[in-house]
Amino acid sequence: MFIGIDIGSRTAKGILFDGKKIIATAICDTGIFPRRSGESLFQELIEKAGLAQKDIKKTVGTGYGRVSLTLADKTITELSCHAKGAHFSCPSARTVIDIGGQDSKVIRIDQSGSMKDFTMNDKCAAGTGRFFEIAASALEMDMETFCDIRPVSEPFCQISNMCAVFAETEIISLLAKEISVESIAAGINLTFSKRICAMAKRIGISNDVLFVGGVAKNSAVKNALARALDIQFHPFEIDPQLMGALGASIFASEL
Amino acid sequence: MKPQLLKKLQQIAEQNIMDIEAHKNNGNHAIGFYCLYAPTELAVAANAIPLPLCGTRQAPIEAAEETLPRNLCPLIKSSYGFAATDTCPFFKFSDIIVADTTCDGKKKMYELMNDIKPVHVLQLPQQQNTDLFLEPWKHEIKTLRTTIENVTGKDITDESLVGAISLLNQERKAKKRLMDTTKAKPSPLSGMELLEILFKTGFFADKQKGIDLLNEIAQACEDLIQKNESPYTDKTPRILLTGVPTGLGSDKVVKIIEESGANVVAFESCSGYKQTFQVDETIDPYLALAQQYLSIPCSVMSPNQGRFDLLDEMIREFHVDGVVDLTWQACHTYNIEAAKVHNFVNKKFNLPYLHLETDYSESDTEQLRIRIEAFLEMI
Repeated sequence: MFIGIDIGSRTAKGILFDGKKIIATAICDTGIFPRRSGESLFQELIEKAGLAQKDIKKTVGTGYGRVSLTLADKTITELSCHAKGAHFSCPSARTVIDIGGQDSKVIRIDQSGSMKDFTMNDKCAAGTGRFFEIAASALEMDMETFCDIRPVSEPFCQISNMCAVFAETEIISLLAKEISVESIAAGINLTFSKRICAMAKRIGISNDVLFVGGVAKNSAVKNALARALDIQFHPFEIDPQLMGALGASIFASEL
Repeated sequence: MKPQLLKKLQQIAEQNIMDIEAHKNNGNHAIGFYCLYAPTELAVAANAIPLPLCGTRQAPIEAAEETLPRNLCPLIKSSYGFAATDTCPFFKFSDIIVADTTCDGKKKMYELMNDIKPVHVLQLPQQQNTDLFLEPWKHEIKTLRTTIENVTGKDITDESLVGAISLLNQERKAKKRLMDTTKAKPSPLSGMELLEILFKTGFFADKQKGIDLLNEIAQACEDLIQKNESPYTDKTPRILLTGVPTGLGSDKVVKIIEESGANVVAFESCSGYKQTFQVDETIDPYLALAQQYLSIPCSVMSPNQGRFDLLDEMIREFHVDGVVDLTWQACHTYNIEAAKVHNFVNKKFNLPYLHLETDYSESDTEQLRIRIEAFLEMI
């Protein structure tokens, strides 16, 4: 049995893999002690499968907290892990768009699942999950409510700032003008999608495209991004947030 | 690298300040230079020491930002900050500063620097190898000659200039010999060692001392290659670093690449392989200087085909596995040219390419590390 643990900036994810298929999964907040979060995921996974620590042959750590994972046999960047996980979930995948808590990435992969090129967002919250959290809080909503806002038809209101801090100010001023929350939310999704679209086109998009990471669970963003890129995202079985951990567990099985 | 050679390098570097002081106390001069485009031969021909000036450290940037905009290249801010805070010994020793109109940021900064110390600014053309631009550039070099003659009170004869060209050709040859040792696979030197050697010898007042030491270190490296001794293996990823110059203090990308298990074997920048040209000693010295210096392939030139020719040569000869393209924050010319380099490296060589934009601060170390580690995983 093999374990992949992805300690992201906001959430930590773990997968137990038997070399062919996923046996168990776990997710928790990263919190302020990334190492402990990783260890508790490890425990949770082996308990779920009724295993003992000795049954785990290899563990691979990934994500921004990977260096804190003392239990990992090896650490590999989340970019390679996403590529690996995406190839496993969908061998025809050639592009992976990952939008996580504090960064976003576009990864180009070849037919063997190897990463050929990648690009990442600028070093700030623009174009990341954190941007949505700040936007949602400006609208006094939690993320779930924000994701459930019903779609409106065009024209959307325009949010011109991609800086998470300035966008918050802009949202407040739109609220003051009594623009509807639905319209503002649609505007946020549109602005966000344009940004990711420009980033993706830098390295080129080729089908099939997989949308992974926590933000991929937001269907409004997913639709807006698909429209901006003029593509359809390829469906896959697992929770998009687990793709990095899946890749890590596959790497563990190949060690 | 042999510890005794590093020790010798350190000793000469420490002795250097005293050498410059002694030289100046004997009634001689020192001239500060900012950029590779200005021919330092003219200083040497007037028995003045050509000194490179500080501009690779974060420390004086805060002071520079009292005057300069924050959103500016750290090399420009650091250079100005060292001058404004009077913390660069070489700036202090310089009787005059020689600079060039390379990028917009630099040329406007020099206008401000001129209030601190006189700056002679060479009007650098932005296109190369055409009759239209070669003559004005030659004229600019002759204007610099007059300035240096006035400052030093010495005549620059054709004979002394040819002598200076010959001396600096030897220095460039020694630098090339050293840099070429990392063509060996595995290479005998780390990129950080190479960077430190080139950086420190650059400040040497006594050119001959520098040339001798460079040759001695190169010889030691060649011996290591003969004995097949290296800190690396055949499997170590070999990285070419292209783009902006790096020096001690602005070396974080080189450090992270090597901490992540790779070896920076080649520097395609004006702090590296761009310094390895030879000036023709057989023709009119002013024409020879004008031709050779104008052909330096910096991104301020448009078009800048020379950079792609050099990259082509270096990627082959240094057996490169991947190219990292470094841009200092707000350096528009390198930042934009990156799109062409990306395409060139991917299409012509099918090699992984990584473009990084950063400054001298340590604030983004982990963000750089993830990008560099992922890049190395592609190799």
